[in-house]
Amino acid sequence: MSQPQAWSVPRDNVHTEPGLIRFVIVAIAVLFLTVFVVLPLVVVFAQAFSKGVGAYFSALSDPEALSAIRLTLLVAAISVGLNLVFGVAAAWAIAKFEFTGKTFLITLIDLPFSVSPVISGLVFVLLFGAQGFWGPWLQAHNIHVLFAVPGIVLATIFVTFPFVARSLIPLMQEQGTQEEEAAISLGASGLQTFFRVTLPNIKWGLLYGVLLCNARAMGEFGAVSVVSGHIRGETNTMPLLVEILYNEYQFVSSFAIASLLAMLALITLVVKTVLERRLDEGQIPRDD
Amino acid sequence: MNGSAARRSTLPGFGLTMGLTLTWLSVIILIPLAGLFLKTFELSLDQFWAIVTSRRTLSALKISFGLSFAAALVNLVMGTIIVWALVRYRFPGRRLFDAIVDIPFALPTAVAGVALTQLFAQKGWLGAPLAELGIKVAFTPIGIFVAMIFIGIPFVVRTVQPVLIDLDVEIEEAAASLGANRWHTVFRVILPSLIPALLTGFALAFARAVGEYGSVIFIAGNLPNVSEIAPLLIVIRLSEFRYADATAIAVVMLVASFLIIFAVNRLQRWAQTRIPAH
Repeated sequence: MSQPQAWSVPRDNVHTEPGLIRFVIVAIAVLFLTVFVVLPLVVVFAQAFSKGVGAYFSALSDPEALSAIRLTLLVAAISVGLNLVFGVAAAWAIAKFEFTGKTFLITLIDLPFSVSPVISGLVFVLLFGAQGFWGPWLQAHNIHVLFAVPGIVLATIFVTFPFVARSLIPLMQEQGTQEEEAAISLGASGLQTFFRVTLPNIKWGLLYGVLLCNARAMGEFGAVSVVSGHIRGETNTMPLLVEILYNEYQFVSSFAIASLLAMLALITLVVKTVLERRLDEGQIPRDD
Repeated sequence: MNGSAARRSTLPGFGLTMGLTLTWLSVIILIPLAGLFLKTFELSLDQFWAIVTSRRTLSALKISFGLSFAAALVNLVMGTIIVWALVRYRFPGRRLFDAIVDIPFALPTAVAGVALTQLFAQKGWLGAPLAELGIKVAFTPIGIFVAMIFIGIPFVVRTVQPVLIDLDVEIEEAAASLGANRWHTVFRVILPSLIPALLTGFALAFARAVGEYGSVIFIAGNLPNVSEIAPLLIVIRLSEFRYADATAIAVVMLVASFLIIFAVNRLQRWAQTRIPAH
């Protein structure tokens, strides 16, 4: 969603505002971001460590916490992996070929971004729930999709669907098809061309997409909450456990889990900044 | 992009990748969404209307759309100020604050939800001083408003920022050399060329806030007709196994968000024809 961009150096020319106005504008911006964005982040860590480091780590080593961490890692691994394959395929078809309806296809890929997380979960309840389209059949065959891991994975794939494709399409469109065509005309196979020519060119963009996809997959709450059933120790991901513990007034435990997710967000942001710089440098396809 | 359509087709893999894309898209996105609309058609128009216009549903929709609109307005104003400060001025910590803008994107919504609640609760760091002033934020509609402001701010900043960066200084200089004072230059020359980006950012923040669930439900209080948002009502109806009710509310919200996306696309096309590429 945020495009990589080069920072222009602010100009200190004569065409600027009086010093007082500049000061007020910066003060408002800094104050607003501090109150609405920085303080909530600080609260997470302050609450997590409010009873000391010992309480923090014992909260994290609770069996329920460990099971939530395991489930979150499993769900993220499956959904990121599948969306990675799909994203690369979609980007190849869309960026390297011309066909009618391309814009429409991109709009469809973007759809999950504009759907409320709750609705993303709801659609799977309507398909697989007891009163859903395939619910009775699944029940008769004793297959559990809803209130089980498959449902959580499906909902997570839905909400993280666009990330990889969206970060690759503009990059691959910009790079054109000349290098791949050269490789093919020199006798390389399709797969060789992809792995030896395309992949090196898009690796930072691919990593960027995977990074954002993973952050969302691990942090998704609304969609997963609808399909999970909140079975303790079984279908609770980390964000769901944060909710349950918070509602039980177990603040240290809740914020301890939340602090792990907050750290994930911070690391994601740092890596994202680094990758954006790489992407800015590597816009032009290599000559060699 | 200088390869002609004919030359492009010399690359292999179109059939395979397109097939994979369409299959995956259908399985994950299209069939589930179609199921939602199919379910709605099981309702008669009267039933649908009765659900959507029931007092509780209407209140929830009003709260979601009304507060989202208000929060997006705040984001529009504050976002503009933040972008201006980040792009035009130098101040200590500018790069850090630029990175901080992305936190609401990156922080899982449930984490944001519990953090905001703790912050604005009666004994919280901000809740306590506000309570002394007689303002109650947590567990009231103001809490919903606050959470929606939090979640929406990056949309305005990240949409407007690249446009302000790319804006030609020469236009400003021309305006100044023609005798416009700074006030005139900013409000008659610079801000008008930001309007498409500002409206896009506003629409994106609005759409996100309407559908937002995780960061809102903790701080909302969730009192029916007072502080119950539409996504929460969907979840409640589902837990009562009133699938039809949940679906009807979802369809109203989906159609609204599609309309917003459509408006954003039109806005962007308008912006492209209005501002010549350089």
